[in-house]
Amino acid sequence: MNTARRGIIPDPIARQPWGMLIPLFMLVAFGAAVLYSAAGGSMDPYASSHLTRFGVFLVMAGVIASLPRPFVQIMIYPTYIVVLLMLLAVEVMGQVRGGSQRWLNLGFMELQPSELMKPMIVLTLALYFSKLPVGLITSWRALLVPGAMIALPMGLVLLQPDLGTSLALAFGGGVVMLLAGLPLRWFFGAGAAAAAAAPLAFYFGLQEYQQRRVLTMFDPEADPLGAGYHITQSKIAIGSGGLFGKGFNNGSQSHLQYLPEPHTDFVFATMAEEWGLAGGIFVICMFTIILRWGMRVAYQAKDRFASLVAAGMSATIFFYIAVNLLMVMGFAPVVGIPLPFMSHGGSSMLTNMICIGALMMVNRWNRDAPRGGLAS
Amino acid sequence: MKWLPWRSGVQRRGPLMNASTLKNTFDRRAIVIGGIQGGIAVLLAVRMGYIAIAENEKYELESESNRVNLTLIPPRRGWILDRNGAPLASNRADFRVDVIPERLANPEGTIDQLGELLELEPDRIADIKTELETSTGFTPVEVASGLDYEQFASVSVRLPDMQGVVPQRGFSRFYPTASSVGHLIGYVGPASSEEYEETPNPLYITPGYKIGKDGLEKQFEDDLAGIPGARRVEVTAGGRIVRDLETREDIQGDPVKLTIDGPLQDYAARRIGLESGSVVVMDCETGDLLCMASMPSFDPNSFSDGIGSVEYAMLREDQRVPLRNKVLKGLYPPGSTVKPMHCMAFLQAGVKPEDSITCGGGRRIGNRFFNCWSNHGRVDMAKAIYQSCDSYFYHFAQAVGFDKVAEMAKSLGMGQEYPLPVTSQFYGTVPDPEWKFNKFGREWQPYDTVNASIGQGYYLASPLQLAVMSARLATGKRLKPRLVMSGDAPNPTDYNFADNEIAYIRQAMSDVVNGPGTAGRGRLPFEEIQMAGKTGTAQVVSLSVSDGRSGPWKYRDHGLFVFFAPTENPRYAGAVVIEHGGGSGAAYPIARDVMTFMFDPAKGLDALRTLEEQWGGTAQERLDRRYAAYASERGETVPPSRRRDEEIFDRVEAEARLAAEQTQQVGEEFVAPRPVANPSGTPPPGAFDPAASDASDGTSQ
Repeated sequence: MNTARRGIIPDPIARQPWGMLIPLFMLVAFGAAVLYSAAGGSMDPYASSHLTRFGVFLVMAGVIASLPRPFVQIMIYPTYIVVLLMLLAVEVMGQVRGGSQRWLNLGFMELQPSELMKPMIVLTLALYFSKLPVGLITSWRALLVPGAMIALPMGLVLLQPDLGTSLALAFGGGVVMLLAGLPLRWFFGAGAAAAAAAPLAFYFGLQEYQQRRVLTMFDPEADPLGAGYHITQSKIAIGSGGLFGKGFNNGSQSHLQYLPEPHTDFVFATMAEEWGLAGGIFVICMFTIILRWGMRVAYQAKDRFASLVAAGMSATIFFYIAVNLLMVMGFAPVVGIPLPFMSHGGSSMLTNMICIGALMMVNRWNRDAPRGGLAS
Repeated sequence: MKWLPWRSGVQRRGPLMNASTLKNTFDRRAIVIGGIQGGIAVLLAVRMGYIAIAENEKYELESESNRVNLTLIPPRRGWILDRNGAPLASNRADFRVDVIPERLANPEGTIDQLGELLELEPDRIADIKTELETSTGFTPVEVASGLDYEQFASVSVRLPDMQGVVPQRGFSRFYPTASSVGHLIGYVGPASSEEYEETPNPLYITPGYKIGKDGLEKQFEDDLAGIPGARRVEVTAGGRIVRDLETREDIQGDPVKLTIDGPLQDYAARRIGLESGSVVVMDCETGDLLCMASMPSFDPNSFSDGIGSVEYAMLREDQRVPLRNKVLKGLYPPGSTVKPMHCMAFLQAGVKPEDSITCGGGRRIGNRFFNCWSNHGRVDMAKAIYQSCDSYFYHFAQAVGFDKVAEMAKSLGMGQEYPLPVTSQFYGTVPDPEWKFNKFGREWQPYDTVNASIGQGYYLASPLQLAVMSARLATGKRLKPRLVMSGDAPNPTDYNFADNEIAYIRQAMSDVVNGPGTAGRGRLPFEEIQMAGKTGTAQVVSLSVSDGRSGPWKYRDHGLFVFFAPTENPRYAGAVVIEHGGGSGAAYPIARDVMTFMFDPAKGLDALRTLEEQWGGTAQERLDRRYAAYASERGETVPPSRRRDEEIFDRVEAEARLAAEQTQQVGEEFVAPRPVANPSGTPPPGAFDPAASDASDGTSQ
């Protein structure tokens, strides 16, 4: 892989995983174009900051990619605890000030600790399972400790309340646990328990607005001006785009403000209206390439820790994509999860670029040390 | 524990749990997860393809209907014209403000704010609030129309803070002669919620759109309505208009041309003055109705935004029933006005004009003596008409049989309904034995003949019928009353009355006015044009209750007069009925002035001006003043109750029927005539009259 083009392109550049980066750049550029249109044909306020953030976070991803393995492994548990404390701080400050609070004001930026927690939970669990003696993988220690590691931040995020993020945490953690080799029947059991508990959670756990969102997913037309409005308008935007869309900057649904959140949660609908099915297929293909690369990095990883990190990071990105796209097409309730690399928003960009950075890091480890049989 | 923690788990995975098996597990599960991811990618692509291609048409339509807002432009209503093309109802460009109840966030607050901006009266504000409570959905409620630009602009600039308020330029209906045409033309108003439910026409909930609610406005709704225009605009979800896409102009409704003579209608309405009554004038060649004035009336201009509570209370309390169209729905005993027509019946039955009787202050019919109003001595047909001798009619009605007389009456239009475009008309009664038996289950008595022979008792006629009778009798032609100008002039057939018979009746009726008759002061102020007529005084209660001229207004006699002019070659015929005028003396001076105006408008207006000075202004001026006084005095105490217009008019109609029934009750026994031929009283006390004395007062014979 790093031999063919040697001599023409400098090695540090040729070394980079272009198979993932090129689709990523195309997605981000395409996202910027859509945001340009969503702002009514203007770089400001969305497209320019989208590109700037991507540039900054790309550098950050590069830094992450270059981190040495031992350093990473040493830093994981302390960082997890710091992020957990930040979540607690958010909750306490929210209690003091009253109302829901999701971010910490650090002075120079507003940080959502729950976003940081998504990659952190993957890293933490990956580290835990990699250190767990192989034989204990079917024991209670393989379940209870990671369970607590997931449950603590999930509980704090749920208190905010932020259902989407807490589900993302559960999903990322769950995938790592699954890949770590925990007995399948535990997952089936958990799945059955979740199915049984779902109605209870629905009636007692969810806020009323959340209940309505879930209900309208099944019948958006039941309440076209209320909770179903988002889904209905999103489907109108996608459906009216047709095969090739209405043309760049010609989307009436987004420009006339029928589409809610045309630059964040519903950026895909904004795109689909102007670029049609062709644009949609392009976006799905780009995501597929990126995720496939991510899973291959996991597959090629030398050791348990690296492969679990890579797979968990891919799964986290996948969760964003899947839930967002299912939502805009009317298959999932409106949970407020943005589309990676296309939606305007710093926090989600940060999370996803941390994931990309971690994947690049594992990719580098893979390249530096060829795959060994039983190396741990 | 290390090797066999749970048997089943170990058995499935094999006996050894080591790094290699874990790696295998990882690979297997990673492939499954990758497969699920790929599956979801395919699912999303398929789903998107389905939405964007299979359902593309549906969503494209929805996207368009989101983007494009179609605003209807209410069509300008067709004009209602008089016979000379002058407008009786036209449209006036104005600024208006409506509210859409469904869209109001804070109805009370918004209306109060509007009331302040537009300087609305407190009772109007109360009315609007009541209406808002009862109105449903998107039916707009009019707040004000006819605003000046300043007021309009003051609302427009505050629009962002006032959701559901619709200020716009438009056209409103305008009736130049106001109350003079109220009953005839009717008025327009916004469609009610019920009407919208019946016919869900989107125009009905377009602010500013009015439909005919009464009278000709209602009858000719289809012609007058026109075709709405439309404006297609691109709007944001918040309702802000981004740009105009397309505008289609409205098409104004067709004009309706009436046979009414506008100035005459206005003149007659004003000439009625403080009285309560009606004037009908017909063209003797075509049957065209030139005037159908009914007073007092309402101002149709002020009804167009709904009938205000205070206004309604004022109109209801007026015992002269301003809401009743008396031309069509006022039924009165015709009294002596039927006598010439009865004479024609006698002539057709073979009675000679010279045949005479002796009136000895009355006449014995059967075994009972019936009083005449005076002692006329020897009476032939001519004298019976011009002196209005009752005895003559008692005798000859008995002699020829009242059946024949009733037949003539019906043939000349009494008791008939005419094919006119009116919302409803009462057809009254021509009594005969069969009718009486059907109605009361009692046999016809000689006193019934006596009563009916002089137009009393059960006899009931509307002013329109009296005018038709008069025109048919004067011309000998079956004239059909006509209200709308249509292409060809009608060609009425003859009754086959002998010319000399017609001439005889005409002469006798001329003598009523110009000779030794009962309406000496009815002579027209022209050398060459003479008016012929017949006075009538209709008793509403028996002589024992009231003398017919003084006492409670509602017990006073009705004053009637039928006429035609010129005498020799009648061109116009008509009838005047003054309710409780105290006798015919209240009626025929009005006919005189109306005919004067017909032949010489300037002269007619001179006479009217003098009278109006005494009365305190024109009918409309008096109505306005009366309303202002009423509102300032009683406005506070009138509860804001909003009824549907239909209810109001159903009630008015029911009361009109009841009034007619009550009038008929006097026919239960012989109605002894008043000892005065053409008396008159004063207008009712409620008529807001600075000058009570009436120039029409006169008791000459």
